Amino acid sequence: MSDPVVAKRSGRGRRIAMFVLAFVLVALAWEGYKAVGPKAGGEIFGMRILASTNDRAMPHIWDMLARYSDPEIRGGTETIFVVVLRAAWYSFRCSLAAFAIGSLLGIGLAVLMARFRTFERAVMPYLVISQTVPIIVLAPLIFSLMAYQSRDLAGETWLAAVLLGIFLAFFPVAMGTLRGLRDTPAAPLELMDSYAAGWWKTLWKLRFPNAVPYLAPALRLAGAAAVVGVTVSEISLGVRFGVGRLILSYGQEATSDPPKLYTAVFGAAALGLVMAAVVLGIDRLLMRNRPPEAL
Amino acid sequence: METPMTSPSQPAVVVTGLNKIFNHGQPNQVDALVDIDLEVQPGEFISLIGPSGCGKSTLLRLVADLLEPTSGAVTINGKSAHQARVDQDYGMAFQQSGLFEWRSVERNIELPLELKGWDKAKRRERAKEMLELVKLPEFAQHMPWQLSGGMQQRVAIARALASHPKLLLMDEPFGALDEMTREHMQAELLRICAAAGTTVIFVTHSIPEAVYLADRVVVMSPRPGRITEIVNVGLGRGRTELTREAGEFFARVTEVREALRGIEMADAARGIEDR
Repeated sequence: MSDPVVAKRSGRGRRIAMFVLAFVLVALAWEGYKAVGPKAGGEIFGMRILASTNDRAMPHIWDMLARYSDPEIRGGTETIFVVVLRAAWYSFRCSLAAFAIGSLLGIGLAVLMARFRTFERAVMPYLVISQTVPIIVLAPLIFSLMAYQSRDLAGETWLAAVLLGIFLAFFPVAMGTLRGLRDTPAAPLELMDSYAAGWWKTLWKLRFPNAVPYLAPALRLAGAAAVVGVTVSEISLGVRFGVGRLILSYGQEATSDPPKLYTAVFGAAALGLVMAAVVLGIDRLLMRNRPPEAL
Repeated sequence: METPMTSPSQPAVVVTGLNKIFNHGQPNQVDALVDIDLEVQPGEFISLIGPSGCGKSTLLRLVADLLEPTSGAVTINGKSAHQARVDQDYGMAFQQSGLFEWRSVERNIELPLELKGWDKAKRRERAKEMLELVKLPEFAQHMPWQLSGGMQQRVAIARALASHPKLLLMDEPFGALDEMTREHMQAELLRICAAAGTTVIFVTHSIPEAVYLADRVVVMSPRPGRITEIVNVGLGRGRTELTREAGEFFARVTEVREALRGIEMADAARGIEDR
């Protein structure tokens, strides 16, 4: 038998190696296609689906990376790296808020649904329908509702973005938690009954901990949903400081400065990765001391 | 603390005229228990045995107030079954150990004490005492899934006994264990209960287990569930592994087996009549 600690450590090393390898492979695929693909795009069965490989459509990766050290605007003092980093950090904080509030909201809804059947029957259809509405539609709607109450329009846009992040994040958490609360086995429930423990005590001591393994994957979905909700509504609303706004405005410059757009896209991707790491950390924390097969 | 109302002669459990009908008045009505009368003395060990569907688990749950009787009453140390449950006068153990996998062994044992509102230091101390009783003192910090099935069941017994209840209700607690572990656990249970003077009602469908453990074996029959015979075991206290090889032990096993066979034959005969 191998030492579990050593096994764990080498497993982690391998995961990091795979992570780096994935980047390298994507970069190789990009540059490889750029080298052999048609410069002006191509057709397959009469459809224009082959991307053109000229420098305008597919800049070299080293050009994108080099762009980070250039100033954002001609003659400016701040490099693009600093600007993108600041924007990504801003959007990350919005996403984190959306993730945290959305998760708590989802857990709260799940508890109420588990406790009151009528509440579940009344609310569940709306929850499901709510997730079918595209946020591109909702973003301006929420924004205009909020702008109605506030004079300082630009100052409130981030709040709309957070709201939409919450809107996407709460759903998987509510569903996962509800399922976990419901799937509590009969024997421990009977045990709590034999201690004359009431519903809320049983919730706290038994149903909640029992729901944790269901919560962990739900949180992973919620983290991703929060990032999507925030960045997409930033793009759609033009939230001033967010990375979504950078993607929007750099996209408008893409014809004259193609690599610049990618600096912001990578910023958004990095934001997603950091969020994934945060959620993974929470997951580890929640699942410590759990049987290994449940991980 | 309320004043103890127990007099030396008061029975630990009194079941009078107990009936339990599931789905009353519906086509799928089941007469789970009919006219059950049973008196258990303090410190007595009772085994409930019978074929599946005879209502032995139902009877245990009625004593535990986990089910409402259709009619009749259960009294535990002079209190109603409901009051006894609220006061946590009994401990309970099931076939699945039912340990909480997110709690350490120690904190599993502390669970009933926590719900009673004991402070942490007192709980820790009691958990330690219980772990010594079930001979697992070095496993306090382990997680349940790190223990074998037999050890988990011992922790479940420690948890059931943590608040020093006078009464222990057990539903096939050793049913999932292998034969060797099972015999070992039976001896351990007798030792623990004798030390604490605990009254036990123990549901099983193993005849040797029922006889080895009990002062009296209550034999039950299905459809409708009723008590058909009560076998006095009379092997005395201080039973050892040698007890399992004693002639008297086999005589009692045979007696219980014949009582159960009588049920089977009556059942078969009724089956023919039904046709």
